[in-house]
Amino acid sequence: MASYVIVGMIAVLLLGFWKLQVIDSDKYATLAERNRVREIPVIAPRGRMLDRDGRVLVDNRPSFSVLLLREDMTQVEKHLAAISDGLGIPMADLRDQLNSTKNLAKFQPIVIKSDASPADIAFIESHKSDIPVLEMISVSRRRYLPGGFLSHAVGYVGEVSEQQIDASNGRLRPGDFAGKFGLEQQYNDVLQGTDGKRRVIVNSVGKEVSHLPTQEAIPGKQIQLSIDYDLQQVAEQSLGDRPGAVVALDPRNGEVLAMASHPTLDPNDFAVRVSTENWKKLNEDPHKPLLNRAIQAQLAPGSVFKIVTATAMLEDHVPSQSFTTFCPGYASFFGRQYHCWVYYAKKGPKSHGVTNLHEAILQSCDVFFYNVGLRLGIDRLAYYGSHFGIGHKTGIDLPGEETGLMPSPEWVERALHRKWYQGEVISVATGQGAVTTTPLQLARMIGGIASGGVFMQPHMLKDAPNVKEERFPISEHTIEEITDAMYGVVNEPHGTGGQLKLTGIEFSGKSGTAQVIGYDTRARVGKQKKFEDNAWFVGYAPRRNPEIVVSVLVQESGKHGGEAAGPVVRDVIKAYYDKKNKKTQGQYTAETKPPAPQTKPISAKVTVPRAALKSEDTASAAIARPVSERER
Amino acid sequence: MKDAPGTRDYDWWLLAILATICALGVIEIYSATHGSSLAGMHWKQVRWIAIGVVLMFALSRLDYHLILDQAPLLYLLSLAALIAVLAVGHTHFGAKRWIQIPAVGELIQVSELVKLVIIIVLARFFAEVRTDELELRDVIKAGLLVGVPLVLILKQPDLGTALVLMPMVAVGAFLAGLKWQHAAVFSLAGILLVGAVFYPPVSRHILKPYQRERITSFLHPEEDAKGSGYQLLQSRIAVGSGGFWGKGFGNGTQNQLGYIPVRYSDFIMSAWAEEQGFKGVLLALGLYMALLLRLVQNAQRAKDRAGMFLVMGVAAALGFHVLVNVAMVIGAMPVTGIPLPLMSYGGSATLFVFLAIGLVMNVRLRRFVN
Repeated sequence: MASYVIVGMIAVLLLGFWKLQVIDSDKYATLAERNRVREIPVIAPRGRMLDRDGRVLVDNRPSFSVLLLREDMTQVEKHLAAISDGLGIPMADLRDQLNSTKNLAKFQPIVIKSDASPADIAFIESHKSDIPVLEMISVSRRRYLPGGFLSHAVGYVGEVSEQQIDASNGRLRPGDFAGKFGLEQQYNDVLQGTDGKRRVIVNSVGKEVSHLPTQEAIPGKQIQLSIDYDLQQVAEQSLGDRPGAVVALDPRNGEVLAMASHPTLDPNDFAVRVSTENWKKLNEDPHKPLLNRAIQAQLAPGSVFKIVTATAMLEDHVPSQSFTTFCPGYASFFGRQYHCWVYYAKKGPKSHGVTNLHEAILQSCDVFFYNVGLRLGIDRLAYYGSHFGIGHKTGIDLPGEETGLMPSPEWVERALHRKWYQGEVISVATGQGAVTTTPLQLARMIGGIASGGVFMQPHMLKDAPNVKEERFPISEHTIEEITDAMYGVVNEPHGTGGQLKLTGIEFSGKSGTAQVIGYDTRARVGKQKKFEDNAWFVGYAPRRNPEIVVSVLVQESGKHGGEAAGPVVRDVIKAYYDKKNKKTQGQYTAETKPPAPQTKPISAKVTVPRAALKSEDTASAAIARPVSERER
Repeated sequence: MKDAPGTRDYDWWLLAILATICALGVIEIYSATHGSSLAGMHWKQVRWIAIGVVLMFALSRLDYHLILDQAPLLYLLSLAALIAVLAVGHTHFGAKRWIQIPAVGELIQVSELVKLVIIIVLARFFAEVRTDELELRDVIKAGLLVGVPLVLILKQPDLGTALVLMPMVAVGAFLAGLKWQHAAVFSLAGILLVGAVFYPPVSRHILKPYQRERITSFLHPEEDAKGSGYQLLQSRIAVGSGGFWGKGFGNGTQNQLGYIPVRYSDFIMSAWAEEQGFKGVLLALGLYMALLLRLVQNAQRAKDRAGMFLVMGVAAALGFHVLVNVAMVIGAMPVTGIPLPLMSYGGSATLFVFLAIGLVMNVRLRRFVN
């Protein structure tokens, strides 16, 4: 009997061991490993952004983050006051951080301070043994060019949102950084590397005993933009402090050479952590510094749209090319008087006299295009406008692009639930009324028309694969007439851009002046307040098959397009040719990269001191530090 | 006195089993303490084993009937020693359990030796009950005999050792012919007592705070993974992570990095299971099973009732040690502080086991002679 009791007892105990050691063994192996190994993240540096010549536009700077290890909460509690004191973090903040991360796995350390100061680092180093719950990790932070240079296109990074964490399949953890805007967001997956882990073996009191092989961080890949630093600088300086946007494209391949938007923001302010207060301020700022006007401003294109009207007229022969009007400064349609801009001109005659198409484009005569528009009708205008890209995204590789709007009777019925008024076509034909475009759309459109109806998808990456090409056949005769007129705008005596002329360059373009308020807003507030005009100029060179097209918007300038926006276009195009000529003279070529950066301001209108750009070779030495975690 | 028994009459199988268990213990004590501040502890254990072996042979030479004759005196000496411990004992880990042996200077845990005396006293008591069935009077007497030292031991406090006295009296009473009605009543009382211990409103009055905490942390170890539930959880992690084959000698991370509590003593089985895996556990528990079966066999071959009671008392004590300690290691029982016989490091505990085995040998050596 006693023997059975003994055998039974041993059997029961063995069953207990069997359950732990065979059935649940994996679970306990994980727990044992988690006990033993403390994992400290090794943050992968983000990839840099280079300009088309390989100059660094965005790189990283080394920084330290302070981690709090929370596996042993009694230890944390014990040292909390000392940590608060030593790192200068208010106790309440620390408590908040602990509370908000309560549901995270205990073995995951939390970041309690980003961008630790040398004093913080000294504090942690000197208290390594008595405060075992603090750890420091080297993090590479984004370094953007100062003064908000290229900031809207580049975007910025920020702490990942919960949606991003959920969508990342475990690749992102709270506290990680990811692109939130612009190229940082668009190419986040390329730029963002994969974090590694430093693994330390700790004993039961949290002391480091030894190390396991470190799982290296895989740095993010760098991307090379089609942006030309020199042109970008000219564009920003020339636009200056006026709200507006500049886009420069190579219409032959869709490469964006420059993209500026003002007012701007300094993404360096977001590189660590943006306070809720600051963020609110930025969001509510009436000047909307967060808006990338180059792709997000949807405004009436004004007379730039006359190129669409003119093309439609020539292509459809409605009215015939010989059509002329007499412009006394105004015209009456449907019992209402429509003025030509010349009527309000501060100097010169109040009328354009008799004009044909060429003259009408040169002088931007509204009366001519009112008549042409009426004869063409909204359907033809909408057909051509839409095929030239108005109302459609260009497909640029930036998040948040807007479509603009090409109005049509269908649209009016769908959106406004009313019939199309015949008179509306008069406004649309001159780029007013409901028609809205983005600066980028206009650059693509004018560049495409001057290239004979070949519209390339704009893109920010140099050597971008699969650049979409849209062809809209336009007759040779029409292109010749239109480009001839746009050449005349700058180079003929009557042209609205006559003062912009550049010797030796076939600088062509079209000016536009439009009211600042949109169609809907006009109905509401138009009667109460006079708004300043928006100035447009879309210029390109050479006259046919251009290499560069520049679209400039200057908002609320109160000046005409040729006066306010034209000089910016001129500066950029001049800079483009200056650089090109130097290249062909053999100073440097695209193959032999420039040894030193070109920082000479070409248009010295606004001189913003900028940090000297580093060429790739010298930059890599400075940037090697954050990466060196891997190299060591 | 008849002819002195020869060396051939010793239970060499039993000794071989004991030696193997001791070896496993020394190996694991070495693994658990080398490279730490406790390094060299295995040598101390070897020394205790050596002393134990000497004492075992010495005790086996002295006829157990002589020892039984002195039971009342031993009993009174035990009570005196227990009172002395409470008066002048040394305190470690918050309990007064040790007394210094004047000449040697070593600390002795008195209750370990008292267990041996209780085995002897109970053997004599039950052997002298000549009826087939145990009267209630006898049961109460036996209860009182055990009760007095038990209360003194609880005072130290030493719940573990006090608990060990229970199976001794239970097994003795059962073998002496406990009536089933009495057995039922005692079982019921036992169940009620266990229930009371686990029921906070009652346990508040009968248990010390640290004991209550142990009960709570046993029931909910995850709630307070760094407090008192920590020990059980870490032990389970050690055992479970060992898997079937074990992590290998000296490679148990739970053991080497100090996650297992008192890994060289009460939780040595935890360290062994982590490093040697289920196969190692099979070996160790197999050895203990063989040891216990061998003891039962020796009891059955005892010459008289007193000898049988002696050996079964030893078997009951050792069996209970193994059961409670191992159940604790796998988290099936609260932490009680009962060591694993001959594997756990500990002088007094080792001496107790060898002295107890000495009694068993004593009985065995005299099974044919009279």
